[in-house]
Amino acid sequence: MTDWPILSTVTFLPLVGVFFILLIRGDERQIAANSRHVALWTSVVTFALSIVLIADFDTTTAEFQFVEFVPWLPEHNIGYHLGVDGISIFFLILTTFLIPLCILASWEAIQTRVREFMIAFLAMETLIVGVFCSLDFVMFYIFFEGQLIPMFLIIGIWGGARRVYSAFKFFLYTLVGSVLFLLAILFMYLDAGTTDIPTLLMHEFAPAVQTWLWLALFASFAVKLPMWPFHTWLPDAHVEAPTAGSVILAGILLKMGGYGFLRFSLPMLPDASAFFVPFIYSLSVVAIIYTSLVALMQQDMKKLIAYSSVAHMGIVTIGIFTFTGQGIEGGIIQMLSHGIVSAALFLCVGVVYDRTHTREIADYGGLVHRMPMYAFVLMVFTLAAIGLPGTSGFVGEFMVLVGAFQSNTWVAMLALTGVILGAAYMLWLYRRVIFGDLTKENLKSITDLNWREVGIFAPLVSLALVLGLYPEPFLDVLHVSVENLIAQTNGAPDLPIAVAPEGAPMQEAQAPARGPLAALAALN
Amino acid sequence: MQPFVEPDYLPALPELFLAGASVTLLMAGVFIGDRSTRLMTWLACVAMAAAFVMVLVLPDERTTTFFGLFVVDRFAAFMKCLVLVGAAVTLIVGLGYVKREGMNRFEFPVLIVFATLGMLLMISANDLIALYVGLELQSLSLYIVAAFRRDSLRSTEAGLKYFVLGAISSGLLLYGCSMVYGFTGVTGFEGIAEALATTVPGNVAAETGVLIGLVFIAAALAFKVSAVPFHMWTPDVYEGAPTPVTAFFAAAPKVAAMALLLRVFLGPFHELAGQWDQIIIFVSIASMGLGAFAAIGQKNIKRLMAYSSIGHVGYALVGLSAGTPEGIRGVLVYMLIYMVMTLGGFACILAMRQRGQMVEEISDLSGLSKTNPTLALALAIFMFSMAGIPPLAGFFGKLYVFLAAVDTGLYGLAIFGVLASVVGAYYYIRIVKVMYFDKPAEGFDRPVGAELSAVLAGTGIITLLFFAYPAPILAGAEAAAAALMP
Repeated sequence: MTDWPILSTVTFLPLVGVFFILLIRGDERQIAANSRHVALWTSVVTFALSIVLIADFDTTTAEFQFVEFVPWLPEHNIGYHLGVDGISIFFLILTTFLIPLCILASWEAIQTRVREFMIAFLAMETLIVGVFCSLDFVMFYIFFEGQLIPMFLIIGIWGGARRVYSAFKFFLYTLVGSVLFLLAILFMYLDAGTTDIPTLLMHEFAPAVQTWLWLALFASFAVKLPMWPFHTWLPDAHVEAPTAGSVILAGILLKMGGYGFLRFSLPMLPDASAFFVPFIYSLSVVAIIYTSLVALMQQDMKKLIAYSSVAHMGIVTIGIFTFTGQGIEGGIIQMLSHGIVSAALFLCVGVVYDRTHTREIADYGGLVHRMPMYAFVLMVFTLAAIGLPGTSGFVGEFMVLVGAFQSNTWVAMLALTGVILGAAYMLWLYRRVIFGDLTKENLKSITDLNWREVGIFAPLVSLALVLGLYPEPFLDVLHVSVENLIAQTNGAPDLPIAVAPEGAPMQEAQAPARGPLAALAALN
Repeated sequence: MQPFVEPDYLPALPELFLAGASVTLLMAGVFIGDRSTRLMTWLACVAMAAAFVMVLVLPDERTTTFFGLFVVDRFAAFMKCLVLVGAAVTLIVGLGYVKREGMNRFEFPVLIVFATLGMLLMISANDLIALYVGLELQSLSLYIVAAFRRDSLRSTEAGLKYFVLGAISSGLLLYGCSMVYGFTGVTGFEGIAEALATTVPGNVAAETGVLIGLVFIAAALAFKVSAVPFHMWTPDVYEGAPTPVTAFFAAAPKVAAMALLLRVFLGPFHELAGQWDQIIIFVSIASMGLGAFAAIGQKNIKRLMAYSSIGHVGYALVGLSAGTPEGIRGVLVYMLIYMVMTLGGFACILAMRQRGQMVEEISDLSGLSKTNPTLALALAIFMFSMAGIPPLAGFFGKLYVFLAAVDTGLYGLAIFGVLASVVGAYYYIRIVKVMYFDKPAEGFDRPVGAELSAVLAGTGIITLLFFAYPAPILAGAEAAAAALMP
């Protein structure tokens, strides 16, 4: 490792791209074309740099790596502090990975105000990457909340028919949660005397206080994730946002809620986290079953995928709050998998939407006759969303359920029904869109994926399969950090009875669970 | 007969200079006539800049002069700098408007200088009499400038309304002052503080009397900062007054009145903190709530800014409710950021001209991002900042007042405040929506003018990049707060 501040570079490189886009002069067409290229190359270079990050990553330590620190408000112990550990690095790379694909997906779909669109996207990238590598609470909040501005504009300017309503709903919902989170940050700062996250991770908050802090954090993360019943902004925002906006929302923004639980709620407020386990389980189970049923009844493809996201996030929260190695790692893998799969599904919808300008399921049918490649791609992601073994969706769901069984059999059982319902709505969607006779007039001349679209989907398909067939390298990076996280969480004196008996022999429980996965990997 | 003792004039140098400058400007204006307005405006700005430099250069340890009537400390210096900048900038942004809209009379800059002088005296007041004199000098000038477009019905109405209500509030203030004087026997701030600590406690009549006086003073000062429930004049006056005057009202006098409020409550009446605390908390909650909800239905952008400013006062008062040095620092930082955003916002409003006519409806902004992207971007930055979205400056203003509130255990106030800020965010982002999401209407006249562009750029950059290096401003505010609350 050198002294080169690589995390800052990854974080702020997109802003350099913004600067260059602002410099572009010429007529409207030239500006649009040049903005696209600048944005694409900036994000590709950012992605390449983040690959360097993982290449240099040391998987044997749970310490934060690539740490940078500059005093910002020294008299208040608030600093510019960056660093990543095994948990955050994947989210960071997922972000830098998806942004170039988003820009490619908007290549032709966005024709108005291209310059502004690209600026908004690159600004989003900086803010999202900033969230995942901030090691200071105030910085984290600034990055976290600052995203509202570009996302509000992306939905509102380039969105669909009800874009204004959706943009407002998204903005205000998220803001309500976030301001309570801010008060919690202020309280933690006053209690601990610093906003430095590594220091706060060591700080013990009084149990009575923890409950309130936990609820304030929950207000923010539950809206962001989103958990039932705070999810109602999500179908609106997803449906109305342009394709790339939906991809970012589903692929990355939702993950911030889960990341927040992992980074803050669990290790900083272990007593309250344990106290609220039944609460989280109940909400998650309701989310899984209820939103799956709702998804089953959707007429709009994007809305269906949006509801399925809520269900998948329910699995994630169950995993996180099992406090077991499998559960948490499963939750993280599930988030990564969902980041790839749901992003890809939204891109798939975008492909046909660009051609026909409708998202109604009833307007499609028989696409396999004209678009075999598209049918294949959509199949891979449909199966991955269901959680078929061999795809990324399986690994996460399986590990979460293993974790949940140790903690609460009923929760695991009920969560399983979500998997079944998931298969129902996804396969039904696939059948209605892809199979059958090609009767619709406007579909008879529809064209298959072009090279640009193949270029978008190829990395996504391979990642979904690699993560499903051979997850070990990913888990390797996670292990130490997750074990450290569990140690911090279990440092709490009184865990609920349901967790303690199985939770204690953590290491032994982990070995057999890894067995089947390793065997699976070997088989394939 | 007592021999005349010459007071030390040096601490009051900026005020003395500004008084001399305003009289000189008035004389020059009378001789040259109305064609000198532009020159007068620039000269007034130069005078304020000179006063600004004097405030900075003078030693800022606490000194009193004029037999204890006048005090200079770091707090006064900080607030005076804000007021002088606010006044000078509004003069500059108003240049184009004054010329076009029939306000081209040399008295305008002169009156603004008089008002500014009054504000500086208010900030440095260390005695109830000095306080009243400064406040009246300011108010009388403001009544006139509110009605400065004397051929406009709305402007004269605004001036008259402001005068009648302002006179009532001055009456309340005087009544309160006389009560306090009557029961403590002194008018000097140190004397009052001493009396409240020593002679008044235990004396039921005096305790009650001082308390009633305090309530009257609080009401009058709440009127001046336009806090609920003494805010009624604000929307009408803001809407009716000529736009540069509205910008001036929203920026400088509000800062000066807030400074006075802080000095009075934390100086002479610090002993009664338990009493005025309840008033401030109520006023703060009511202002935040009304500012958030009443602005939602507004169609006129100046009226919207009036409600917005009411809300902002509520947030600033959260810091005073905490009553700690951190809280006072929060108020000072908040007022500074508020002033920058307000000046920028009004610079945008002053650029709203269609075919030579000023327009003020929010719907006139439709699609501004297409017709004038730079102006739209600037206004969007100010709106997001006022809504308190990081990383813009407005977020930091709220951060510090809420930090102080959480620190002193005012959780209810803090929770109400942040939730009100979400409601408030709705109408701020509605303006962004009109500019960015709606179909373009007729664009505004271009160019907007060099002075306006410069002010827009300056305030916009401060709002946008405040986060990068806030340390000097925070240190200044901290020193000022420490001077007020040793």
